[in-house]
Amino acid sequence: MQIFEYNGSALVAMVGKNCFAIASDRRLGVQLQTIATDFQRISKIHDRLFLGLSGLATDAQTLYQRLVFRHKLYQLREERDMKPETFASLVSAILYEKRFGPYFCQPVIAGLGDEDKPFICTMDSIGAKELAKDFVVAGTASESLYGACESMFKENMEPEELFETVSQALLASVDRDCLSGWGGHVYVV
Amino acid sequence: MSKSVIETPPKGGFSFDLCKRNEMLAKKGVNPPSFRKTGTTIVGLIFQDGVILGADTRATEGPIVCDKNCEKIHYMAPNIYCCGAGTAADTEAVTDMVSSQLQLHRYHTGRESRVVTALTLLKRHLFNYQGYVSAALVLGGVDVTGPHLHTIYPHGSTDTLPFATMGSGSLAAMAVFESNYREGLTRDEGIKLVTEAICSGIFNDLGSGSNVDICVITKGGKEYLRNHLQPNPRTYTSSKGYSFPKKTEVLLTKITPLKEKVEIIEGGGDVMEE
Repeated sequence: MQIFEYNGSALVAMVGKNCFAIASDRRLGVQLQTIATDFQRISKIHDRLFLGLSGLATDAQTLYQRLVFRHKLYQLREERDMKPETFASLVSAILYEKRFGPYFCQPVIAGLGDEDKPFICTMDSIGAKELAKDFVVAGTASESLYGACESMFKENMEPEELFETVSQALLASVDRDCLSGWGGHVYVV
Repeated sequence: MSKSVIETPPKGGFSFDLCKRNEMLAKKGVNPPSFRKTGTTIVGLIFQDGVILGADTRATEGPIVCDKNCEKIHYMAPNIYCCGAGTAADTEAVTDMVSSQLQLHRYHTGRESRVVTALTLLKRHLFNYQGYVSAALVLGGVDVTGPHLHTIYPHGSTDTLPFATMGSGSLAAMAVFESNYREGLTRDEGIKLVTEAICSGIFNDLGSGSNVDICVITKGGKEYLRNHLQPNPRTYTSSKGYSFPKKTEVLLTKITPLKEKVEIIEGGGDVMEE
């Protein structure tokens, strides 16, 4: 068994015109048995920055707590919110620190930078950043998400259309993955 | 010694906290995830006025292409660049770390960095980790002692060559170099040869693909030609795209307005008393 297949997950983030959307499924399972159908994989770091953590749920929660802690320290010291690019570097550094005993977690980061410029990014479990202009995916449904997003994505979408595209891509993909499902959470900023 | 309750930011270096747990999981038959690899063709050659580096732009995770246009030519110093192959996180981290060490060294000495300095820093780090930091690099640059080209293997051994290739497509690229390389190439001839070598990697090696990145470093400066050649453009997109007339069923909507950014006007208001 692959470790990512223990809990199962699907994550996707997309860029639109001065906006972005990040979405996840709602299932938490232990292998083929479903434990919860309202699980939160995406969390807010601050108003304009969201973090999704796919993979092993225990590691996702530990990592989330560490990242929130580091972000709060930054806020106290700098008296401002972190830029998405800075936050991505922080996540990457924290993951790479555990290069030889990694967190089993693939993060997706989405945020609005200066002048509402959207930023999305994903990493593997040891912090190799992938900055994309269009969309990023992670989790057990990532293969079908690649396909769905690749064909559905359009440049410069308005928020309403972006929401529709992300939702459709997510729903189409989780239907083909038995380890994720039960609808989704979608955040449009 | 009592341990601090609050976790303080680490001072650097790797942490091996989770190794035991992960090893236990692996023994129970739970496979660790695959890492993102560059699965690459990277090349470099020396021409009459300096060095040319080249790379493809595909990043893979197992059989999946996860990035079609990634950057594999990393900045080390204004006069030194480095192509990376192997585990993506390792090449990225190693080159970033050494480039910051070089920057500090420049501040300290007030001189331009030398390629051998970068080479030594890289090979020392890689040798320290006995090949577990899997970064295969092609390092090129021009300094006071002239143009230099080196290859560095994950175990820390190095070569100094007039032309070099690395990564999964190295054989395809080396075949092109071996048949067409000669000393004293001009700039245009050099770029053409490097492009040919990368293209042979792109088309003959499945680990490499998409576009050609090139970096020309000469005595006076450098020229980074991102996506110099795009032999694999996407030609099959529908011009209309998809639209969804039947809307997705929404169960709950919550709208949170973003807080306005607070602007601080300097000099306005009372200055706080000391």
